[in-house]
Amino acid sequence: MPYALCFLLFMIGLYCAVVKKNMVKIVIGIMVMEYAVNLFLIMLGFRAGGEAPILDRTHLDAQTGQIASSFISHVVDPLPQALVLTAIVISLGSLALMISICIRTYSRYGTFDITEIRRLKG
Amino acid sequence: MEGMTVIVKTIASWVKILIFVFGIYIILFGHLTPGGGFAGGVILASSYVLLMLAFGRKFVEQNLPLSLASKLDCIGAFLFALIAVLGLVYGGVFFVNFLYQKYLPGQPLELISAGTIPLSNIAIGLKVGASLFLVIFALSVCCKDLRYKDAKAESASNSSANKKE
Amino acid sequence: MSIPLPAFVAVPLIAAFLLPIFGKKGKAIATFLANLVTLSLLAMAVSSIGRTEVYEVGNWSIPLGINLVMDGLSSLLLLAISVVSAAAMLFSAKYMEQYTAKAKYLSLFLLMVAGMNGVVLSGDIFNLFVFLEIASLASYALVGFGCGPEELEASFKYMVMGSIGSIFILFAIALVYGNTGTLNMAYISKAIQDSGLNIGLTFALGLFITGFGLKAALVPFHAWLPDAHPSAPAPISAMLSGILIKTLGIYALTRVIFNVFGVSIEIGWLLVALALVSMIAGAFLAIGQWDIKRLMAYSSISQIGYVLLGLGLGATLIAKGANLAWASLAILGGLFHLVNHSVYKSLLFLTSGSVEMSTGTRQMKQMGGLAEKLPVTRAACTVASASIAGIPPFAGFWSKLILVIAAVQAHLYWVAAIIVFVSLCTLIMYLKVQRYVFLGELPDNLKQISEHKGSMSVAMVFLACLCVLMGFLLVPVLRTSILEPAVKVLTDGVSYSANVIEMAKEGVKI
Repeated sequence: MPYALCFLLFMIGLYCAVVKKNMVKIVIGIMVMEYAVNLFLIMLGFRAGGEAPILDRTHLDAQTGQIASSFISHVVDPLPQALVLTAIVISLGSLALMISICIRTYSRYGTFDITEIRRLKG
Repeated sequence: MEGMTVIVKTIASWVKILIFVFGIYIILFGHLTPGGGFAGGVILASSYVLLMLAFGRKFVEQNLPLSLASKLDCIGAFLFALIAVLGLVYGGVFFVNFLYQKYLPGQPLELISAGTIPLSNIAIGLKVGASLFLVIFALSVCCKDLRYKDAKAESASNSSANKKE
Repeated sequence: MSIPLPAFVAVPLIAAFLLPIFGKKGKAIATFLANLVTLSLLAMAVSSIGRTEVYEVGNWSIPLGINLVMDGLSSLLLLAISVVSAAAMLFSAKYMEQYTAKAKYLSLFLLMVAGMNGVVLSGDIFNLFVFLEIASLASYALVGFGCGPEELEASFKYMVMGSIGSIFILFAIALVYGNTGTLNMAYISKAIQDSGLNIGLTFALGLFITGFGLKAALVPFHAWLPDAHPSAPAPISAMLSGILIKTLGIYALTRVIFNVFGVSIEIGWLLVALALVSMIAGAFLAIGQWDIKRLMAYSSISQIGYVLLGLGLGATLIAKGANLAWASLAILGGLFHLVNHSVYKSLLFLTSGSVEMSTGTRQMKQMGGLAEKLPVTRAACTVASASIAGIPPFAGFWSKLILVIAAVQAHLYWVAAIIVFVSLCTLIMYLKVQRYVFLGELPDNLKQISEHKGSMSVAMVFLACLCVLMGFLLVPVLRTSILEPAVKVLTDGVSYSANVIEMAKEGVKI
């Protein structure tokens, strides 16, 4: 069920990126799509009744000093969280570049409307 | 972008130090608690952005060393690559954690432990902090100084402004 | 002692980090360093032909860690990347004097090369996505480098469509991770062979084809290419059209379909259909253009269709269980055409850049009779045009011949007829370029131009010689060492996973 809502959010972002005419709204649509995919990735690692995967002294065995097996069976999957960190950094770089191109285009054409920014045709 | 009132300026000049120290804490404890290089770097950059919002862009342009930020950006990235290459030289495989339990003392779960991971966090925090601040500064410069030049574009912007209203 | 595999990614990356320090005063040193890096990458790629290795980064064994895999297909593409980037970097030493901020241009260029090397060498699917994003972001910034109004518009269009493609790829990677539980391509392939394709994985495959097809500019998704390639500076057009759409699009698609998911008849026919539509649409749209670089951009769409046709035919034949020699021939034609096209399309874009630098315009109606004024450019353009149109001793003829023979052998005569017809259209469009640009009468305002010599001519002559000599890649000695291992990787298909896991077990433990 949560996966279907994620997919709905993705479709909303895709609609916004495809249909809207203002450049800034297109950028916002792309960002909503990225949020949907990041949310989907984190939800993949979910385990019902789980905890955050942060290691602490209480999780080590008293005698051997190794990680207790109750920790491993109890905790949420940390790999999708690392993937999402990387994806967020990439989308930050992409967003900065898109916004700066929007601003520069405004200073050249005088408008944010993509139906009027059409010098390249054919 | 002009600055704000006297109250905001006074409080900002006190609070920015707290934000900076918090950012350094997140970077240094990156291998023990959530956070690490990228999140700490963003917090470092936000302390400078607070300065820019409170005092105005012109003040920041004159008093903060922007070329130093540009060079710190490159040096941070280069340090990260250097740690990876040193893993090849000393450990035999690219990017291996060659300081783990060999040269730096420390048990797991203490501040000085886990080999090269805190060093990588510091390099990344430096780079992200410097480059995010420069990005936001560059974006704020762009919107003010450049104006479209021909009259045709000006009439187009007038008509689109009328459409929005 | 052999070069460690991460050096292909680390050397341009470290150079890209160091170059912006030079600024305006150290322009000459920065250019020299950048050229040194690309030439040393070329030397490293040539010395690594025929090497197969699995390198585990950080000494973590797979599937816990990330690995870099070098097999036949990777070494072929590394060779193509380093040849095109060395030539484009030599060309841009003189050409980029027209623009400001040259040190940042060189840094972005080297970031793009590092990203492409990473895509080709990666053995882990999320690592492939990260390097794909590095190369794409660098190319978005480079397309809009001149900051004129048309360049910014083209860069925005390219960036929006490229970002949507990347998000589709990330969604597909998330679906694959959810269904198989691992990110390493060898282990994903093993899990898919064991359990088969369920509905989540089929949807992921569809998303992969859409995302990588957007990067490769196949026909329903090609709308960014005719705007982005003409507006970029000429060496960047050469890199984009010559190697970026092939690495990020065709290589990644092939690796995911042939080695990870495994071919089936529906996928094969889907690829063949996309390829045929690309070929025909690209050729028809290109004939009516009057802007040189826009014509060449549309012809890129058509030639990428050729490459995908060879690979799609091979996929269909492997899935049907037909004679493996026919499938190998089709895939050989597709891969040979990929390498050929990267050489002569980049040469065409470099010559158009030289013409634009001398005359100041890109419209063919305002040019004419430039043959006496620009001799080196004219010779290089003629060699490249003859090669792309498929005239006998040049390299393009051999790859198109192999594709036609493969189609006829598979009893698909109508496909062979379409290949020949599109070849004829390509010949027409390049005859149009020759006639309007180089022959005919010199207009009055162009009587004073002269050719810019120096590093630009060296780069163009180097690529023109390669155009002529690439036909010799079919000679048995060179073919078995360079082309055949790449074909074997693709026809082996899903046994890629067994090979990689075995090579990693006995592998690099120092």
